[in-house]
Amino acid sequence: MFDYNFHWRPVMRDLPDLIEAGLLTLQVASLAMILGILIALGLALIRLNMRGPLNWIATTWVEFARNTPALFQLFFFGFGLGAFGLHLSPYAIVLAGLTFNCAGYLAENFRGGFQAIPETQMRAARSLGMTATQAYLRIVIPQVLRIVYHPVTNQMVWAVLMSSLGMLVGFRELSGETQFFASRTFRIFEYFAVTAVIYYVIVKIILGASRLLASRLFRY
Amino acid sequence: MIEIRGLQKYFGALHVLKGIDLDVEKGEVLSVIGASGSGKSTLLYCINGLEEIQGGQVEVDGQNVHAKGADLNKLRQKLGMVFQQWNSFPHLTVQENVALAPRIVRGLDRKAADEIAERQLAHVGLGDKLRVYPGALSGGQQQRLAIARALAMEPDYMLFDEATSALDPELVGEVLETMRMLAEEGMTMICVTHEMGFARDVSDRVAFFHQGVMEEIGPPSQIFGEAQSPHTRGFLANVR
Repeated sequence: MFDYNFHWRPVMRDLPDLIEAGLLTLQVASLAMILGILIALGLALIRLNMRGPLNWIATTWVEFARNTPALFQLFFFGFGLGAFGLHLSPYAIVLAGLTFNCAGYLAENFRGGFQAIPETQMRAARSLGMTATQAYLRIVIPQVLRIVYHPVTNQMVWAVLMSSLGMLVGFRELSGETQFFASRTFRIFEYFAVTAVIYYVIVKIILGASRLLASRLFRY
Repeated sequence: MIEIRGLQKYFGALHVLKGIDLDVEKGEVLSVIGASGSGKSTLLYCINGLEEIQGGQVEVDGQNVHAKGADLNKLRQKLGMVFQQWNSFPHLTVQENVALAPRIVRGLDRKAADEIAERQLAHVGLGDKLRVYPGALSGGQQQRLAIARALAMEPDYMLFDEATSALDPELVGEVLETMRMLAEEGMTMICVTHEMGFARDVSDRVAFFHQGVMEEIGPPSQIFGEAQSPHTRGFLANVR
């Protein structure tokens, strides 16, 4: 193993492309998280407040998202829908798969968050004449967001790393791009080593931004 | 004026209020006393529609609270409520706690709402705590915050649900003082309370509840001096 000759030149040549792919990774993960958070809020509220078919759908969503491999979920949106003649672009497959997965995980976090807010907060808000919607938006949800803030940050990191599965459905995000260059030059170790560093930096930036945001948002 | 006629309330099979008839006049201070589980707090929740009722009716200024299509959000602006567990909103500053509802419910602009908040907070002695979060306040201060928050809606009635029961003994006084001040200003108040001193000194009338029935109602001198019902006499003998 000491005879291996490192060749970093091709990696350095392609570094701008890799960084661009890294930005694409960040973009798709961020979009998936934004959609995932919105859907998760809905799923959590449905599971807490409703019975019947909607509850059944929400529960099924959460069960599948949490209890099957994320890769299979991507395959569903790629090859699964493809088998029925619905062909999504690689970008859309990854976005849909990540969103599906994140929404399922976050829904459970949110459900716990909602349950942690005493019912009396709602009563106090309603006693002031607020509508149920106002009470949710102004009183309950802001408190829930604080409770779920760190789990959501974790999920964001997880979304970035999980997006690497995109290379298996032909998406040229960071891992897909790396795989493409690596197999062209056979400098597999070098390319993936550099890519690992890029992932690391992306995650560090997310965590730093999250900490900064938390200190601005949560003063209480 | 609040008019309650034949009010029936069940929680499942549990019969909590068994036909309550009660009028509360403008400007009156009514204290409601009785053992835990006698239905006193539930009565308040039925008055502002936080609980549904199974029989009878409640009218506030001639408006039927439990009628289909009654605008409860509008009605609740008339009925300020203070809870046992003060329920301050932990994510908002003291000032925002008070200013929020005037802004989003009454539709005041931010400046006007902030001014109301400042005035009401000064009124209850929290004028120096505007930018603080409730977590930094004592229980007594949080309860006074809750009173200011309810007053900011400029209600015609105030409902107090055991406002001092969850407080440390040394903090009870400041909250009772604030309630006494409101009473002297002419606020119409229904106070569910275990503070017999307050009930005797501040109220115009005292109602004694026993197992879902209003056993007796009358001026404090009657209830505390010459109670008619043996239940009332028994209860008072125990709490003194």
